[in-house]
Amino acid sequence: MSVTTLPTRGQVLRQPGWLARLFDYKPFLIVMCLAPAVGLLLVFLTYPLGLGIWLAFTDTTIGQRGIYIGLENFQYLLKDPLWWNAVFYSIFYTAVATFGKFALGFWLALLLNNHFPFKSLIRAIVLLPWIVPTVLSALAFWWIYDPQFSIISYLLVDVLHLRDSNVDFLGSPWPARFSLIAANIWRGIPFVAISLLAGLQTISPSLYEAAMLDGATSWQRFRYITFPMMMPILAIVMTFSIIFTFTDFQLVYAITRGGPVNSTHLLATLAFQRGIAGGELGEGAAIAVSMIPFLVFATLFSYFGLARRKWQQGEAND
Amino acid sequence: MTDQNVQVLAQSSNVASATPDTMAWDSRARRVVMIYLPLACFILILLFPFYWMAITSFKPNAELLNYKEHNPFWITSPTLAHVKHLLFDTSYPRWLKTTMLVAIGSTFLSLFASTLAAYAIERLRFRGSPYVGLGIYLAYLVPPSILFIPLATVIVQFGLFDSPLALILVYPTFLVPFCTWLLIGYFKSIPYELEECALVDGATRLQILWRITLPLAVPGLISAGIFSFTLSWNEFIYALAFIQSGANKTVPVAILTELITGDVYQWGALMAGSLLGSLPVALFYSLFVDYYVSSLTGAVKE
Repeated sequence: MSVTTLPTRGQVLRQPGWLARLFDYKPFLIVMCLAPAVGLLLVFLTYPLGLGIWLAFTDTTIGQRGIYIGLENFQYLLKDPLWWNAVFYSIFYTAVATFGKFALGFWLALLLNNHFPFKSLIRAIVLLPWIVPTVLSALAFWWIYDPQFSIISYLLVDVLHLRDSNVDFLGSPWPARFSLIAANIWRGIPFVAISLLAGLQTISPSLYEAAMLDGATSWQRFRYITFPMMMPILAIVMTFSIIFTFTDFQLVYAITRGGPVNSTHLLATLAFQRGIAGGELGEGAAIAVSMIPFLVFATLFSYFGLARRKWQQGEAND
Repeated sequence: MTDQNVQVLAQSSNVASATPDTMAWDSRARRVVMIYLPLACFILILLFPFYWMAITSFKPNAELLNYKEHNPFWITSPTLAHVKHLLFDTSYPRWLKTTMLVAIGSTFLSLFASTLAAYAIERLRFRGSPYVGLGIYLAYLVPPSILFIPLATVIVQFGLFDSPLALILVYPTFLVPFCTWLLIGYFKSIPYELEECALVDGATRLQILWRITLPLAVPGLISAGIFSFTLSWNEFIYALAFIQSGANKTVPVAILTELITGDVYQWGALMAGSLLGSLPVALFYSLFVDYYVSSLTGAVKE
């Protein structure tokens, strides 16, 4: 568009003020628009992230500036059985819970993809565990896992007569570990199911029709159409799920606080215990930083999941 | 599809060609076993903790702790004693108010920041815009569990320790990436021609944003708002680490640290507190559930 030689009436009447002209200067406008978001993220995310990595190399405690001590914190962690235990349980928790969430969530998504009455109402209900604050539903689980008044024990002992005594859900290490994983799976199913449902709905029905004409069984249709078509979305949802399960804090803190005998500490709860409750900021930061390699791995996983998706769809890079 | 194909399809899907009557019954039974039964189990398990929470809140203690004489799944004489205790003997109303304040404050701050950012990235198009977008998106992948220790020291430096303001300022770190991502998608769906017309007519960029783009992006803003509100209501670790005094705590933290005293847990009051703390989010969510589900599925499809 070329500049008009004759000023239109509007321009003559309304000379924009210097402020308006400043805001029409594109670089200035871009900076102004990005400033709040980028500013917040720099001050409360990037700077603390850097500070956290720095703290991990110091012996800072609450109320006292630390000095640089090199890798001493990490050397100490490597010799600390509690840290190893937290690493083990964090990986175990993430692996088992992710597997459970995705197996059950995928199943639920396939179920929800059928036609039945009150479909949208049921979808809304199914999302509830994901909406309600984790700590509050974790408290419900704590009560469900109560050693004396557990409703599960009641069902097993008094109704079904499958056991003679109450289940000690949170009193010993392995039952406590699995109890937490069960609660985590319960909370994670809705998100996985709804996300995968979105993916299922993008698969063209003509693929299934073609397969049925070729005589494919329902298992074959799942194996050769549904599953490969869902791979890209599975990769993304799973990356998110892995990152947030591995760094989970609330559920464990609310139900066991890392007990019994520190058997259910995740790296995040251990970092809180050492860093905030124990006051050893440097050591806590080192524990938190030790989560980063795992997270980088998960993000790369996501990146390749996305790259593969583009390749599958034959899209240009956008 | 031709009629012939339909016939072939019908035949192949019912290879065991039975009489039409038994076939219909067969497929209905199959449907019940394959779909309705598992679905019912899922719903039962997903909802049971809420039922248990609700029923515990209104059970008198005598029934609560005696499964031999009372059926634990039902209440014979419901009571409001736990709710009354919660509302009048504890600081629960105050915690609710703080949580509400923090959630609303951080939601508005995040919406403001991410709308502008999404507009800049999607519509003002500059050389580095994809990288800025990617950077903001990556920020979402940095979990609070890594940040809370250094953030605590930052909060202390700023003199914001123990203040709800700290939470309002910190929550946008996980809300802004999410909202920006969501809003970029929304802005993309608004035809660019509308803005070009306005530019030609002499509107300033800010006028375009305020008068044209934002009104069209209202559904996106609503879903970003709901997400932000529920996420900040839900947040726990920052609230636990940055707030010390009982009065300034948010509901999830306060229930866990203030309501649990000694070895005897007041399960009735605890569950009533959990139920009451879940209600605002659940209500808010049920009002906008369609937005919520569609934006969630939309965000995943993107």
